[in-house]
Amino acid sequence: MTAKRASNSLLLVRLGSLGYLGIILVAPVGLIFWRAFEHGFHPFWAAVSNPIAVHALKLTLEVTVIAVPLNTAFGILCALAIVRHRIPGMGLVNAFVDLPLALSPVVVGLALYLLYGRDGWFGHWLLAHGVRVLFALPAMVLATMFVSLPFVVREVVPVLREIGTDQEEAAATLGASPLATFRRITLPAIRWAVAYGVVLTAARSFGEFGAVSIVSGGIAGRTQTLTQYVQASYENFDQTGAYAASVLLAALAITTLLAMTVMRHGDRST
Amino acid sequence: MAIEARNVTKRFGDFVALDDVSVEVKSGSLTALLGPSGGGKSTLLRVIAGLETPDTGEVFISGKEATALAPQKRGVGFVFQHYAPFTHMTVFDNIAFGLTIRRRPKAEVKKRVEELIELVQLPGLGKRYPSQLSGGQRQRMALARALAAEPEVLLLDEPFGALDARVRKELRGWLLRLHEQTHVTTIFVTHDQEEALELADNVVVMNAGRVEQVAPPRQLYDEPANAFVMSFVGPVNRLGDAWVRPHDIEIRTEPNGSTREAQVLRIVRLGFETRVELVREDGEHLHVQLARDEAEQLELRRGDIVYVRTRRARTFAANGSV
Repeated sequence: MTAKRASNSLLLVRLGSLGYLGIILVAPVGLIFWRAFEHGFHPFWAAVSNPIAVHALKLTLEVTVIAVPLNTAFGILCALAIVRHRIPGMGLVNAFVDLPLALSPVVVGLALYLLYGRDGWFGHWLLAHGVRVLFALPAMVLATMFVSLPFVVREVVPVLREIGTDQEEAAATLGASPLATFRRITLPAIRWAVAYGVVLTAARSFGEFGAVSIVSGGIAGRTQTLTQYVQASYENFDQTGAYAASVLLAALAITTLLAMTVMRHGDRST
Repeated sequence: MAIEARNVTKRFGDFVALDDVSVEVKSGSLTALLGPSGGGKSTLLRVIAGLETPDTGEVFISGKEATALAPQKRGVGFVFQHYAPFTHMTVFDNIAFGLTIRRRPKAEVKKRVEELIELVQLPGLGKRYPSQLSGGQRQRMALARALAAEPEVLLLDEPFGALDARVRKELRGWLLRLHEQTHVTTIFVTHDQEEALELADNVVVMNAGRVEQVAPPRQLYDEPANAFVMSFVGPVNRLGDAWVRPHDIEIRTEPNGSTREAQVLRIVRLGFETRVELVREDGEHLHVQLARDEAEQLELRRGDIVYVRTRRARTFAANGSV
């Protein structure tokens, strides 16, 4: 009797969570795919192979490829500083790292606009020296870096705390320099946290819209990312184009997540 | 002297871990740092290894000043309390670490690691990961890893602390044989007086960040410098100002003029040894250790009235701490 009740409640939990996922997650994404391929593969292909869409995809990848390694390197250094070194003020840094999660991307975009605009603090000087930041790649990379900053730090910090300093100290007594210790002991120990952080950073970078749309100008074929292309197409009543680009974005995200799962599956030692 | 610590002081915030500690360790010796937890022994070991920097004082290794030297340049092998295995490396790679980091030729590394695997009795386990080893095996792997680069000094932090009683006994005997074979100067930290007395040829007793006494095991037991050492390196009865070991109390069935009356409260038989708890006429509780035969001759039973006499007692000057 109790066993039956338990299995009933278990069933309820399962149905509940699956239903929730279905309504919130699967249905919208599924609908995008269905709409994109509604009239077969050809309209989809035509939409994604149009030069403006291709440029938007390239630009999105370009921004991501610059932002992700920078944020990964910074994220690892920052996590090491937070966990391993008792530097005064690190508590404040720890709190600030989460700022991009709390702050609306639009605000970030506006801040960058004010900083790098023609009359901004840095913008004026940079423009005088011939460096164009706003409405160009640098600003888009900066905006993307800002919004995707916390992911590597947040993944790596708890793992660093958990593994402790024993293995690093052991390596030091065995003759390893700090750099060798990092490369041979610390990095392998945190590699999955870093990988997961990279995946989240990349996914966030692909999908960034708010901050980038303010600083990029969104000029089709020049400073328009894939998310902006989706918006522009939708506003121009090019629904197939919007859906097709959305499918590309979703595919990018799903591919990164899958790559991650496959990698993790291949490694059982941790 | 293989190792010398001079006037070392180390604080962690308000806590004084080491308070003006000076210790000398002879080359080739097996030395125990013995004391209660929080007494500073692990901190002293970490200062010697370079894992902690002392606030004041100096450390010498093989006659050279090493106080500011980074741990990787000290030539010490360190075995951590929980062994600190490199979890993502095989047993072979763990042991080889100290050699590969020194870029020794592959063939030499292989030969040395195989020797060590033999020495620490882990044959056939080279390809395993630390998570696939038992506690005792992991401990021996950690020892082999520390020995690989032929350190001048081997430091062991509570080497047997996390193992069960039987494995611990086995490893003690094994460590003793290993030391006889390699003669590398060894310091180990322990809070177990039996372990210290059994293994070490010199024992440093530490308490509250200070050195209480440095002596060979026998001298430590027979001539403790103060009440703390007396009570820490073996069971003891405190009778007023006098401290008496449980085996230094004689039990008789008849009074003989120098004895005092007592009643048997409890008898515990532990194989060869029999422990008797008594309460003397003046209300003092006594713990007595007897050999089995001796106890059987007395035919003691709970509630019996017996007569006790202390064979040997020690008193310490008032400044003897505790």
